[in-house]
Parts: sequence; structure tokens; C-alpha cells
Amino acid sequence: MAYLELEGVAKQFGAQTVVDDFSLSVGKGEFISFLGPSGCGKTTTLQMIAGFLDPTRGAIRLEGKDLTAIHPAKRGLGIVFQSYALFPHMTAAENVAFGLEMRNVPRAERAERVRDALAMVGLAGYEDRHPRRMSGGQQQRVALARALVIKPSVLLLDEPLSNLDAKLREGMQIELRQIQRTIGTTTILVTHDQNEAMSLSDRIVVMSQGKIEQIGTPQETYEKPASAFVSQFLGKTNDFAATIDRAATPARVIAGSWSAPAPVGLSGPVTVSIRPERIGFGDAGLNATIVTRIFQGNHWLFQCDSECGPAIVIRQNDGERQPAEGEAVHLAWRPEDMSVRGGV
Amino acid sequence: MSMAADERNARAPWALTAPALMLFVGVLLIPLAMTVMLSFHDWGQYKGIEPVFILKNWHEIATDPYYAEMFWRTFRIAILTTLLTALLGAPEAYILNRMDGRWKSFFLLVILGPLLISVVARTLGWALLFGGNNGLVNKLLMSAGVIRSPIPFMFTETGMVIALAHVMMPFMVLSVWAALQRLDPQIENAAMSLGAGPVTIIRRIIMPQIMPGVLSGAIIVFSLSASAFATPAIIGGRRLKVAATLAYDEFLNTLNWPLGAAVATLLLVALVLIVVGSNALIERRYAEVFR
Amino acid sequence: MRRNGPLALIFHTIFVIIMVAPILVVCLVAFTPEGFLSLPTNGFSLRWFRAIGNYPEFIRAFWVSLGLGALSSLVALLFAVPAALAIARHRFRGRDALAALFLSPLMIPHVVLGIAFLRFFTSAGLGGSFAALVIAHVIIVFPFALRLTLAAATGMDRTVEMAAVSLGAGGWTLFRRVTLPLILPGVISGWALAFIQSFDDLTMTVFLAAPGTETLPVRMFLYIQDNIDPLVTSVSACVIAVTMTALILLDRFYGLDRVLAGKGDTGR
Repeated sequence: MAYLELEGVAKQFGAQTVVDDFSLSVGKGEFISFLGPSGCGKTTTLQMIAGFLDPTRGAIRLEGKDLTAIHPAKRGLGIVFQSYALFPHMTAAENVAFGLEMRNVPRAERAERVRDALAMVGLAGYEDRHPRRMSGGQQQRVALARALVIKPSVLLLDEPLSNLDAKLREGMQIELRQIQRTIGTTTILVTHDQNEAMSLSDRIVVMSQGKIEQIGTPQETYEKPASAFVSQFLGKTNDFAATIDRAATPARVIAGSWSAPAPVGLSGPVTVSIRPERIGFGDAGLNATIVTRIFQGNHWLFQCDSECGPAIVIRQNDGERQPAEGEAVHLAWRPEDMSVRGGV
Repeated sequence: MSMAADERNARAPWALTAPALMLFVGVLLIPLAMTVMLSFHDWGQYKGIEPVFILKNWHEIATDPYYAEMFWRTFRIAILTTLLTALLGAPEAYILNRMDGRWKSFFLLVILGPLLISVVARTLGWALLFGGNNGLVNKLLMSAGVIRSPIPFMFTETGMVIALAHVMMPFMVLSVWAALQRLDPQIENAAMSLGAGPVTIIRRIIMPQIMPGVLSGAIIVFSLSASAFATPAIIGGRRLKVAATLAYDEFLNTLNWPLGAAVATLLLVALVLIVVGSNALIERRYAEVFR
Repeated sequence: MRRNGPLALIFHTIFVIIMVAPILVVCLVAFTPEGFLSLPTNGFSLRWFRAIGNYPEFIRAFWVSLGLGALSSLVALLFAVPAALAIARHRFRGRDALAALFLSPLMIPHVVLGIAFLRFFTSAGLGGSFAALVIAHVIIVFPFALRLTLAAATGMDRTVEMAAVSLGAGGWTLFRRVTLPLILPGVISGWALAFIQSFDDLTMTVFLAAPGTETLPVRMFLYIQDNIDPLVTSVSACVIAVTMTALILLDRFYGLDRVLAGKGDTGR
């Protein structure tokens, strides 16, 4: 049974629909990411779960109970805000203790839980610091401890890592993942960073213009994108115009001088989508010329001019000889590595 | 080359500020020093001002209970005015801050605008509203059943405090407003998600954070109220003297300039001490949190 | 954004009414057809506005105020702009002390300034003269002129000036063609705010003005001291109208909250 359930949730501001027909079932302990560009409605959806906004339509249920009927102060969700929203006039410990105070947790137990929570996020010894005297990463940890100490039924993270520099962000991702695994809190992360979504979540909800584009595991959304939007948003990709020839037996999908057995169902013009690292240089396949060759340390990036338009190829720097600029090559890939969508 | 540039850079600020500095020394510092000197001069009905150094005026202020009473009245009115502006201005700034954009800027204009409207005109408005026993305010309060018989507002401290609070209100609203702008817009949501109700949010989260704004607004209101002239002169009339109106009388009616200068010097010194002292206290109190 | 509750809106309504009431009542009484102070219950009349014409001292005082405000604000800017540029761009010893000195007229009670200037100008033989008024007003409006110019100069992108220098501009040309146009909005707003301050000042001016150099607030104050009649309300209504116009213009061009932010700040 679903733990947290959103059913046909929509939000309108005046005539503008910001979120439309959003349905999702979250299992207990799951880590879900809402991924999309800014303005796609992911934060609005999070705010509706938190209760800061009321949905125009649809239902939000937690363990079968209607969540929208409960005042945000009583929902018992833990939230980490993008700006952290720490109370600047309180010390780290006072910040973390605030939620426990609101729940009338006895003083002794409160002190202990605050200490444990700060230790869990690696801030033991920082109890008496004020937020403005802490670094961004430390503030972020206080915010996390403050949200987790109340043992929330769901943890909501609104772009929590976007204010950190790249190196710190990577470290925090790993740590966040470990903490979430340890305590097993159901978590929803809002982010515009596909790497963050992929490295943290069990499942990703890719959103665009208020609608869900795809729900799936990181691997599914990356390798079998349901739409052109998903395939492009989740990293570099090649989209080739192709046709499926049902007259041949067995039916084949053909792009230029490349062809492979066609998947069932589709026919006529289709789009073949293939990640650049899954393309190899073979003896046969799509005819192409290398336009530029860029060395990037652990891999090579090739920009090619192919029969079906520009293509990008990424090859591991495995010591093998790589084609030079201007060289004619054949691009080839395994049929199971591509995804085929109807239309061009 | 670099030497020349450095030298030019070192001289430039002084060259640019020299005219203003000369102006301020010549027509601000010297006159102020002259006023302090004046307070030590002697004066007589027929002999006028005598440039000697005596403590007569200061002695008179220190010993005559009239002056103690007058200074106490001045500061009492200033304190009550400050309290009134804080009590009403801080909540108003908070409410204003929660309004929608267009309403917010409209009401901000309505509330801050009076700051730039002639104090004489604003005080005249209160004189008209108070207007003796059958003034508008009394009529309104009586018909609302708040009071049974009219309260005298004209020529009373009550009236002076109300009118002064109106004149000073924009400073308080502005100061609290500035503090509210520094608040994290998500801070109330954060407190709410942790289980805090509206009263707790205001008491535990908002109030502590806008307190520096309230206090710095209070300092401005206090120092301006304690030295106010137009409002006490018009609402207070000739009998209820405060420091500024008394000094005015000494200078332009009694013509005892040295005594007037002593009153003014004392007012200036007291205000500078209070303002500088409380600023230092506030900064120390909030340094840890808001640096 | 959370909404205000009904209680908050009631509070707000009462607050705004109280803030506006005294100003409104002055403007309303100015239109009374009666010969005494009263709200215009039986129709509006302009008789008290026409009556201003019979009191040339109000008209003269208005022109004095206007000239004084315009001139003293201009002179204050001539001193304030270079000072603001120095304070905004250079770190030099005594910088903070200088800034505090230049903002100090905000902190010194105007009654003290009035007394100090009265004493000073009387000894200098300038007592009651227009020149004395101008100099005194330059001092009291200086902080306002300085602050807005300073804000503009601080916010200015200095690489623009460096670019101009690299293209061969220097000295006066640099200032006139590049620097001044960039800080002009701040300078103009500083002038407007300084003008309003000068135009409204009573406390200091009342010490300095002589019968020929009375400003409008001084004339109104002295008139009210003797008696309050509808004439002074119609004069006030005119003053309010002038200020409101300036205010709305200021709000449009610069933003009122920006202009006012820190007004009365004690120069910290």
C-alpha cells in the first residue's frame, strides 16, 4: 500500500496552471526526486505536500488519511528549505530543539535528542554557534538536523544543496544518502540537477511545465526516456530521425546506412535516441565525419557530422587509438541501448 | 609612475572633501562652540550679554525646580511617544509587509508620505481634531461609548503625545520595515512546519528578529521627540513648556540668550549621550546574532 | 505569502485612518464656506483660498521658502557631490569621522542649530538676512543631499569610469560625460529630498527669520500662535499639495522607500 499518495493534484494561480494532474504513489522509506527546470511546478508540488499551498484539485493522502485537511503545523513533516530558513537569533542547538519544544518533549529528552541529531549530521560541538557564524555547509546540516529531529513522517528537501559549491555538494549528497538509508525516512527531494536526482533517489519524477513527463528509477529515466524532454534533460543525447520498415521481414528500423531489427508496435517515421557513450566506431553503421575531437581526461568527446545530422560520441580514454579530426567513421550501437519513439 | 598614482590617490579624497569640511567647521562647529561658550556668559535685563565666564546659568538650571520639571516633562513625553509608536508602528509594519505588492506600496506611500509633509500642517490637523471640548476626536470617542465626558487634548501632555506619535510614526514603521526586509521569507513556513502556531511564530521567531529595528526606530523617535518644537508649541500652548519651546522663549521673548544657550546645550549633551549609549548597547546585544 | 487575518486588517484600517485624518481634516476645513473653523457640510467654497491673496505676507513667505529651498539644496549638492565621491571610493584615514561629521546635522536638535546659527550670524552682522538663511539651510539639508548621492556613487560600476579613462577621458570631461550622468538619479533625488526638508523646516528657521525673510512654515507658525482660522488651513492645503506633488514624482523616479530609508538615521 502506498504510504504517501498524490492523486490528480493540480494548482492554479488565477488562469495559470502551475501543476496539472499530478499523481504519484510513494512507498514507505522511498527516496523520490522531483526533477525539472525552474518553473516546472516541482516546488509548488512540494509546498502543497507541506501545506503552504492548497491544491486547486486532487487529493494528497498520508497512510490513507487526507493530508490537505490538516494544518501545516500539525502535519509533522520535516522540511529543509533552499535558504535553510534557520532562526538567526537562536543557536544551532536552539534551532534543532524548536520543533521538540513545540511538541512539549521534556527538557532532558530534548537535550539528548538535539545532541544526537547534531552528532548525526557531524556537528557535535557546534551546539552554541549562531547560524550566521557558520559556513553554508554547516547551516545546511543544522537545517537537516532540525527537520529530522522531530522524526518526520516524510522529509521534504527543497533544493537543499543548490547554495553549496560543487565540491561540498558532492560530499553532502553522499552523506544525505547515508543518513536517509540509516534512518529510513521517506524523502522527497526537489532539484533541477539531474546528477543529484540520479545519485540520490530510488525513483525520479521528471517534470516539465506542470506535468509529469516520466516516473522511473534513475536508470530507467536515463536509458529509456519517455519523451524527448526527458532524454535531453537527463544529460547529453543524440536524436536521429529514422523510419521503421514493416515491409521487410523481420521489420527493421533504418537511420541512414545504419539499421537494426525494429521493436514491436511502431511503424513509419520514428526518433531513435541514443546516449553518446553508447555509440562506438565500427566497421559499418551511420556514416559520419569527425568535426572536432576534445580531450577531457578520462574520456574523449567527438562532435561528428553524420548522415542524420550532428552527433556526439563519448569514448572512454582506455588507451586505444581514437579517430582524428576529419576522419570518416561509422557510428554503431546495440539495439538495446537505444530508445525508439514515434514521430520525428 | 605608480608612486605618482599613489600620491594622487592619497590626496584626492582630501581635495574632494575639503570644501564641505571647511563649510562644516566654519558654520557648524564654530557656532556650536560659540553656543556652549554663550551658556557661560552673564546676562542682565539692562546690561545685555556680558562675555565673562560664570556658572550662573548652569547653577540656575541645576537648582531651580522649574527646569527639572521642564526637562522631566520633555523626556516623559518623548518616552511615551516612543512607546506609542513602537506599540502601533511595529505591528503595522508587519501587517504591511504581508500585503500584496500593489497594496503594499500604496499603503507604504500613505504611511511614510506624511514624513515629508510640513509638521506645522500636520500639527494644525491635530489641533483641529482636538479642538477644545467639542472637537472631532471627543465627539467620536463619546458616540462610540469609549468615554462619557470629553477629555481635554489641547494644551495637555496627552494631546502632545498623540500628535507627536503621529508625526514620528513613519520613522518607526520605516525602521521595523527595514528589519522585516532582512527576514528569510521562508522563516515562518519553517517554524510552522516544526509545529509552531501563529502566536508562537510572532513571539519566538518574528519579534526577536525585528527587535533591533524596533530599538533603532525607538532611538530616532525618542531623540526627535525630546527636541521637537512645532508640535509642543502648537498643542502644548504657552504654559506646557518643553526644552525646545523654553529655549525659544528665552531667545526670542525674554532675550536671556545665555540661559537659553545653557538649556539647549544641556539638551544636546543629554541626547548625544542617550543616543550614543543606547546604540552601543544595542550593537553589543545583537552583535553575536546579526553580524 | 501568508495573508493577514481580519483582526490585522481592522488594525491596519484604523491605523491608516489615524495617519491620514489630521492631513485630511486640514484639507477639508480649507474648503469651508463658513467664516469660522468647520467641516464643509453645506457645499465647498474656495473663499479661503482666495483670501490668501489678501495676505501678501503669506505670498511673500511662499516665495522666500521656494527660493531658499531651491538655492540651499543646490549649494548643498555642490559641496556634497565631491564629498560623496571621495567617501564612496576612497579608503582614507578619517573617512568615518568625516562621514559622521557630515551626517551630524541629523543628530543635532534643530533648536540647538537654530540657537547656534542665531548667535553666529548675529555676531557676524548677518542676523535675519537671506544669506544667513541659505547658509543655515545648506547645513541642515546637507546630510540628505550627501546620503542619496553617496548611495548612487557607491552603487556605480567603477569599471565604466576605467573604460572611459582608457579611451582617453580625464578630469572634468570624465566627470561631466561619465560620472555625473551615472549618479544623476541619486543627485536629483537628493536635491528633491533636500528641497522638501528646507521647505518644511520650522524649528531652526524660526530663530533666524526676520520679518522680511520669514519662510512659509514660520509665517504659518506665527499666525497659528495668534489664532487658528480657516485661512491657515487653506495655506496648509496648498503646502500639502506642493509636497504631495514632489513626493509622487520622487516615488515614481526613485522609489519612496529608498529615499526615506535611513532618513533620521543618526549617522551610524
